[in-house]
Amino acid sequence: MIVAATISTPKVDWLALSPVLALLVASCLCLLSSVLVPRAAVRGVVGLYAIAGFVASGVLAGALYERSPEAKLLIAESMTRDRIAALTQIILAVVGVAATLVALNDRRSSNVGEFFALLTVAAAGMAFFVTAENLMTLFLGLEWFSIALYILTAMEMNRRRSLEAGLKYLIVGSFGSAILLFGCALTYGATGELGFNAIRIATGADDPLFVTGLAMILAGLAFKVSAAPFHMWTPDVYEGAPTSVTAFMSAATKLVAIVVTYRVLVVAFPEQAEIWSVAVAILACASLAIGNIAALAQRNVKRMLAYSSVSHAGFLLIAVAANSEKGLSSLLFYLIPYAAGSLGAFAVVAARERELGGREVTLDSLAGLGWERPVHGVAMWAFMLSFAGLPLTGGFFAKFYVFSAAFDAGMWWLVVVGAVATAVSLYYYFAIVRSLYLRSSAASGEVAVAGGSPPADEPLTAAILLCAVVTIGSFFAVGPLVDLATKAASGLF
Amino acid sequence: MTTALILIPLVGALLVWLAPIPEVVRRWFGLDTGLLAFVVMCGLIGAFAGAAYGFDFASEEIQYETQWSWFDDLGISFHVGLFGFSLWLIGLTIVVGTAAIAYGIWAGRERPRAYYGLMLFLVGSLVGVFSSQDLLVFYAFFEAMLIPIYVLVGVWGGPGRVKATITFVIYTMAGSLLMLAAVVAFGVTQGTFDLLDAGTSDNTLVMLGFLAAFAVKAPLLPFHGWLRSAYTESTHEVAALLSGVVSKAAVYGMIWIVLRHFPEPVADLRGFVLVVASLTLVYGSVLAFRQPDARGVIAYSSMGQMGLITLGVFAANDLGLDGAVLHSVSHGLVSAALFLLAAMIERRTGTGELAALGGMARGRPALATLVMVVGMFTLAVPGSSNFAGEFAILAGAFDRGWGYAAVGALAIVLAALYALRLISALLHRERGSAGRGDGGDLSWSEIGLVAPLVALLVALSVWPAGISGNSFPGDRPQETIEAVEP
Repeated sequence: MIVAATISTPKVDWLALSPVLALLVASCLCLLSSVLVPRAAVRGVVGLYAIAGFVASGVLAGALYERSPEAKLLIAESMTRDRIAALTQIILAVVGVAATLVALNDRRSSNVGEFFALLTVAAAGMAFFVTAENLMTLFLGLEWFSIALYILTAMEMNRRRSLEAGLKYLIVGSFGSAILLFGCALTYGATGELGFNAIRIATGADDPLFVTGLAMILAGLAFKVSAAPFHMWTPDVYEGAPTSVTAFMSAATKLVAIVVTYRVLVVAFPEQAEIWSVAVAILACASLAIGNIAALAQRNVKRMLAYSSVSHAGFLLIAVAANSEKGLSSLLFYLIPYAAGSLGAFAVVAARERELGGREVTLDSLAGLGWERPVHGVAMWAFMLSFAGLPLTGGFFAKFYVFSAAFDAGMWWLVVVGAVATAVSLYYYFAIVRSLYLRSSAASGEVAVAGGSPPADEPLTAAILLCAVVTIGSFFAVGPLVDLATKAASGLF
Repeated sequence: MTTALILIPLVGALLVWLAPIPEVVRRWFGLDTGLLAFVVMCGLIGAFAGAAYGFDFASEEIQYETQWSWFDDLGISFHVGLFGFSLWLIGLTIVVGTAAIAYGIWAGRERPRAYYGLMLFLVGSLVGVFSSQDLLVFYAFFEAMLIPIYVLVGVWGGPGRVKATITFVIYTMAGSLLMLAAVVAFGVTQGTFDLLDAGTSDNTLVMLGFLAAFAVKAPLLPFHGWLRSAYTESTHEVAALLSGVVSKAAVYGMIWIVLRHFPEPVADLRGFVLVVASLTLVYGSVLAFRQPDARGVIAYSSMGQMGLITLGVFAANDLGLDGAVLHSVSHGLVSAALFLLAAMIERRTGTGELAALGGMARGRPALATLVMVVGMFTLAVPGSSNFAGEFAILAGAFDRGWGYAAVGALAIVLAALYALRLISALLHRERGSAGRGDGGDLSWSEIGLVAPLVALLVALSVWPAGISGNSFPGDRPQETIEAVEP
C-alpha cells in the first residue's frame, strides 16, 4: 500500500488519445475475428468492426474538436491536443469509412481479416501522426502508418504488380524516412531539443547544421506528400497497389502528411520562414509542372490519377507557402473535397476493374461507362470537375480559397502558376469525361460493359455516393466547413 | 422571385433527368420527358411574366433581390437580383430556351432525359448569370454553363463534335482561368465579392483578365477559333442557344463588371477595345459572306454582331449601352430563328451547303416568307429592331470618334451582302442539286416554332424604346466611367 501511494501516475488525457485507441481496438478485433469467426462470415464481421472503429474514431475526434478550443501539450510535450489534429482525424475517419466500403467486396479470398486490421492500424498511425509535437513522435507516427501501408500495397501476393509496387514503396519510402530521420538528428544536434516548441526557442538561426536539418525534414515529409521531385514512387505504387488501398492511401496519406508538414514548419521553424516558404513554393511549382505534364501522357487511369495527386500536392503546398492563418484554413478546407474526390475516383476505378475481371482500367476501357452506369458516371464527372476546380463542386472553392490565401500573402506569381497548371489539367480531367460520355463502349473494342444489371455491390456504390455528396456538398456548404477550418487554424497563429 | 427564375429550370432539370414518369401518366396525358421539359419552360415563362409585370422600370434600385450568406470569411454571398437590362436578357434566355427545347421535342432526340435535363440546366445557369450580383455567383454560373454545353455538343453533335468540344473547352477555360485569377485579385483587394458593394479598381491587368474571358465567350477577334466548329457541329437548337444567348453572358459581364468596376482601365484602353470590336465586326461579316454553308454564314454573322454590340458597350454612353442591350435581344432572337430555319431546311434537303441548295421558295410560301422576314432583320432594314439597335450603337460610337461609326456603317453594308447572299442562295436561283428535297412547305408545327420569335421581333421593331428606354434608368454603368472622364 505504501509503495503504491508513492508511485505517481502521470495524468493521461484519454480523450486526446481516444481516436487512435478506437482504431487500435478495431484493428485487434479484426485480427481476433479472422481467427475466431467462421470463414464464411469473416468478411462481414471484420468490415463491421472496421467501420465501427472509424465511426467511433470520428465521433471521438468530433468531441475532441468541440472540447479543445485551446491547444494543449500532452505526455511530456510529445503530443498536442488541438483542433487541427481533431479536424484531420475527423476527415481521416470519413475517408476510412469510405475506404472500408470500397474494400469490402474486393475479390480477395484470403487475408480478409488481416487486410482490415492493417487498414485500421494504418489509420491509427495516421491519427497519431497528426498529433505529433516532437521529432520522436513525428518519426514514430510516420513509420507506424508507413509500414502498414507497405504491407497493404503488397497484399495481393499472387499479382506481380502488387508485389513490385510494395517493394518499390518500401525502398523509396524507407529512403524518405531515412532522410527525415537524418534531418531530425541534425536538428537535434544543432539545438539539443526534440520538441517543436523547444526547437523554436532554441534556434541558432544561421547554423548550417540546423538549416540542413530543416531541409531534410522537409524533404522527408515531401516524400509522403508525394510532392515533386520526391514523387517517383507515386505512379508505380498507385498503379500496382490494390485499388482499394490506393483509394485510401491517396486520400489519407496526403491528408496527414501535409497537415504535419505545416505544423512542423510553423511551430518549430517560424524564424526560418523566409527560407522554407520559398523552398515550399519551389516544390509547389515543381509538383504542379511535373504532375500535370506527366498526367497528360497517361492512358492508364490509375497512373493518371496518381500524377494528378502529385499536382494536387502542388496546390496544397501553395497553401503551405502562404504561411498564414488563412493559408492553413484554406489547406484544411482543400483537403475535404480533395480527399472525397480522390477516394471517389479510385472507387469508380475499382468498380470498373471488377467488371473487367481485374484488367487494368484505361481511358479506352472507360468508354461509354457514363451511359451504362449512370451513378458511377455522374459521380466520376463530379470528381473530375472538382479536381479541375470548376464550380458546383467543392474543388472550386478549395482552389479559390488557396489562391486567395496566396494572393493575400503577396505570392501572386504562385496564383498565376496555379491557374496555368489548372488550365493544363483540364485536358486530362476532361479526357476522362470524354471517355465516359462521348465515346461508345462498342467502338473501343473492349469487352462491353456487362449491360443489364451489374453485379450488385452496394457498399462500393454507397462509398461512391458518399464521396459525391461530400464533393458537391462542400461547394454549397462552404461557409460552415471553412468555419471549422478557420477555428482550427486560429490555434496555430 | 429571381431565385425562382433560377431554380425552376434547375429543379426542372433534375426532375426531367431523374423523376420516373408513371406509365399511367404517360398513357393518359401523353406526358413524356420532352413534354415535361416544355411544361417546365412554360412555368418559367409564367414566372417571368409575373416578374416583368411587377417590375418597376423607373426605379434605379435592384429588384427582386435575394441575398443568402454563403462564404462569409471572404465576403461572398449568394446575391441575385434584377435590373432593367438583366430582365431583358433573362427574357431572351427564356424565349430562345423554350423555342430550342420545343424544336428538340419536335425533331426528336436520343436519350431525351439527359438532353432536355441539360438544356434546362443551361437555361438555369444563364438566368443565374444574368441575375448575379456577386462576383463568385457570376463566376459559378458562368462556368456551370460549360458543363451542359460540353455534353450537348459532344454527345448529340455532328461528326466533328469531339474536336469541336475540345476546342471550345480549351478556349473557354483559358479565358475563364484568367478571369478566376482576376476575380481573386479583385475580390481580395476589395474585401468583398459583392458587385453592388465593391468599389472601383484601377488595375489594368485585372480588368484584362475579365475582358479575356468575355472576349472568348463573345467571341472577339483573335479568340474566335472555337466558333465555327461549335456552332456548326452542335445540333441546331443548341447552336441557337449558343449564338443567341450564351454569347450574351459576355455582354452582361462587360457591362456589369468591366465598365462599372474598372473605369480608369476602360478609359485608358477604350480605343484599343473599340478597334478590336470594329475589326471583329468587319472580319466576322466578311467571313460570313464567304461561308459555303448556311450555318457557317449564321455563325460568323453572329460573331460580327457581337463585335457591334461590344462597340456599343465600350462606347460607354447612354446611346451605346441602350443600343447594345436592344441589339443583344434582337440579335439573340434573329440568330435563334435563323438556326431553327436552317434546321428545317436541312431536314428537307439533307445538306446545308449553299452550292447544293437554291430555289427553295418554289412551292414553299411559308418557308420563303419566314426566311425572308428573318433575313431582313439580319440585314437591319430600317424600321426593324436590328436597325434601331445598330443605329443607337453607331450613334454612341460616333461620340467616341467618327471612325468607329464609319466602320460600323460599313458593316451594315456587309450585313446586307451576306444576308442577301444567304437568302438568294436558299430561296432563289435555279434549283440546286439538293433543292428539290422531300417535304414541301413548313408544317404548321414548324411555323409555330419560329413564328413566336418573329412576332417578338416585329413587336420590338414597333416599340424598340420598350427595351432601350427601360434598361438603365439610373445610368449605373456609365456613372463610374463619367466620374473619371467627364
